[in-house]
Amino acid sequence: MRSRLSLRITALLYLLAVLVGPVVMVFYRALEHGLGDFWDSISNGAALHALWLTVLIALIAVPLNTVFGVALSLAIVRRKFPGKGIVNAFVDLPLALSPVVVGLALLLLYGRQGWLGPWFTDRGLQIVFALPAMVLATIFISLPFVVREVVPVLREIGDEQEQAASTLGAGSWQTFRRITLPAIRWGVAYGVVLTAARSLGEFGAVNVVSGRIQGKTETATLYIDAAYLDFDQKGAYAVAVVLALISVVILIGMSVFRPTEETA
Amino acid sequence: MSITVRNVGKRFGDFVALEGVSLGVETGSLTALLGPSGSGKSTLLRCIAGLETPDTGEILISGEDVTDAPPQQRGVGFVFQHYAAFKHMTVAKNIAFGLEVRKRPKEEIEHRVNELLELVQLQGLAKRYPAQLSGGQRQRMGLARALAVDPEVLLLDEPFGALDARVRKELRAWLRRLHDETHTTTVIVTHDQEEAMEVADQIVLMNRGRIEQIGGPRDLYEHPATEFVMTFVGEANRVGDTFVRPHDLTLTLSPVDGSEEARVERLVHLGFEVRVELVRHDGAELSVQLSRDEADQLELEPRQIVYVAASRARVFT
Amino acid sequence: MAALVWRSTDRGGSNFWQAISNPQSVAALKLTLIVSAVVVLLNAVFGTIVAWVLVRDDFRGKAVVNAVIDLPFALPTIVAGLTLLTLYGPKSPVGIDLAFSRYGIGAALLFVTLPFVVRTVQPVLYELDQDMEEAAASLGAPPQLIFRRVILPVLVPAILSGVAMSFARAIGEIGSVILISGNLPFKTQVSSVYITGLIESGNTPGAAAVSVLLLAISFATLLGIGALRRFTTRHDA
Repeated sequence: MRSRLSLRITALLYLLAVLVGPVVMVFYRALEHGLGDFWDSISNGAALHALWLTVLIALIAVPLNTVFGVALSLAIVRRKFPGKGIVNAFVDLPLALSPVVVGLALLLLYGRQGWLGPWFTDRGLQIVFALPAMVLATIFISLPFVVREVVPVLREIGDEQEQAASTLGAGSWQTFRRITLPAIRWGVAYGVVLTAARSLGEFGAVNVVSGRIQGKTETATLYIDAAYLDFDQKGAYAVAVVLALISVVILIGMSVFRPTEETA
Repeated sequence: MSITVRNVGKRFGDFVALEGVSLGVETGSLTALLGPSGSGKSTLLRCIAGLETPDTGEILISGEDVTDAPPQQRGVGFVFQHYAAFKHMTVAKNIAFGLEVRKRPKEEIEHRVNELLELVQLQGLAKRYPAQLSGGQRQRMGLARALAVDPEVLLLDEPFGALDARVRKELRAWLRRLHDETHTTTVIVTHDQEEAMEVADQIVLMNRGRIEQIGGPRDLYEHPATEFVMTFVGEANRVGDTFVRPHDLTLTLSPVDGSEEARVERLVHLGFEVRVELVRHDGAELSVQLSRDEADQLELEPRQIVYVAASRARVFT
Repeated sequence: MAALVWRSTDRGGSNFWQAISNPQSVAALKLTLIVSAVVVLLNAVFGTIVAWVLVRDDFRGKAVVNAVIDLPFALPTIVAGLTLLTLYGPKSPVGIDLAFSRYGIGAALLFVTLPFVVRTVQPVLYELDQDMEEAAASLGAPPQLIFRRVILPVLVPAILSGVAMSFARAIGEIGSVILISGNLPFKTQVSSVYITGLIESGNTPGAAAVSVLLLAISFATLLGIGALRRFTTRHDA
């Protein structure tokens, strides 16, 4: 009994020191001079634009990755095709890669001297140091989350229900919409939450491909970095707190959707 | 609504699941595909349903070649061993699924669902979810769901295999009654010979991807075509090349014409029936089935010497 | 990715070698690997303890604690770095200043990799048959022995997966590290920040070369751990 208590205290103290303490502190710092001060710090043009840009990128990346992720999961679990093993391995790649490396790769591919860059430039499309590359980087980084959540659920439910639907006359789209999708919806939801979290918080890759032009290609995370280095700590804390609040919402989403071992 | 299977073969990698299988199922009959696990019976059923595509051969339903048709177009009802219940739908919604997919009018669907709920005796449970049902209830729901669209043929894959013995017996009798009322052409897969004998008009006995024998329950038991049929359907003693059923052996206390000496090893009382295990003088082990009265009259005891004779025996070459 | 490898050898193999063997690059990589390794080991131990407490213990507010574990997944990494600076920075209310030091980098990496081991070990602990522990206890095994001989072997594959993911994440991490590390060459500059610096100063081939090296280490880690996992799960049917 005593060892159980000491383990509990160890675990909780560790979490307090590493996770909870710092987060509480940033809220304190941001709000120590009152709400008005906090509001002043975020209501300037650059901060608002940065927050808006972050949300915009997430709004593009998350739906795309959701649709693509579900389709890819279905292909991985239900279909046989040549090169499936490779596809399966590549899905996890972004998790093992440094975001900086991802950003660099995009730069080399779409940059001025890149393989595809000139082709787009000739057509008046700027990819790098503009929204397209930032969206691409975010999509790449947050790609695995839906797949990783949906694949095990698809394996778990098996294909019998889908077979039953087909013997009852349902076509493949009907089967997907009425049988498969409802069965995987919590897995998809959890994957979407994780994707959203990663998209909103992306720093390393976007940092490299955005060019960091204030008021144009500066996202909220880049703004925090710039403000802090500019000795505008209040501004950094304020935007950080806005992102942290979004994270708390996401966290609540996570604990609602996370597959629980007890009820599974 | 007859089914014809012609020379069907199917492999999974190196494993030969079906080889040269041909079979006819008459309209309105109830056929059982019987065999040990891995004999190919489920694969054959899934080929008929369109859930697997055979590598060779063809499958006809009502005379029409459906070998390459998807399951949606075959007009079959399929019942799965593990129910394949749509977990996020109520019982009523599960049953209505096939009708809704066919875009039938709402009133018709409602009427039909009620009819089926009554047929499978689940009236009070329409609003429940599958997780709230017992195994037997789930499988009755599975049957109702398959029957809702008036399938031309009803296919059941070990439908009672996951249920406990008592429920299995009940549902088996109920299935037979249901078939006698609806006369839907039905094929049921089972590894339980008693189940096959009890429900089916025709039994197809399969082994290692091939058909061993097709016939009525009595045919298979009394006129087995191969050694496999003899030993799989009912019990049999084997002595050299000779097979004899336990109830075709008689015991006497003194030698008679054609009898041989044996020693009683063990007596097993199984209610009405008594099984006597013997070792013959030449070392052969035999199991004899007697009624309780017969056993009482002989006053058998372990290690007693008796004389055993066969009234009927078979040799397969 | 192909573009990356191609560009890294753009100016010949010798330039590639030069880019990765220059003292600043080597120092950054060494720092990255050492701090990552230490952090991952710490989290392997504490992550397992936290998972254990979450599964086997019961106390008020456990659900909240369980939810908080995901915080590093939910919180933008740059915010994570900033939060650590407020508590363990120059104006630290608890008097611990880790800014511009290796310990600061370690704290940031501890924060972002904390959930991995917890979340891989937790489900295995749930599934773990208490029968097995009871059987061991009935055979007279003391608790420490039960843990070492019965429970730990079952957990090892999960811990290893968590460790692999943590390590891959740690060596590539930038957002949480960039502010707290201060980016001092030869002292607190990690590889990802070093690469970013090279890109910003226009030395793309150099950046690509170091990236390829980082990439190779990530793959080697994942492959190595995969092999180790197969070895430790050889008992499973």
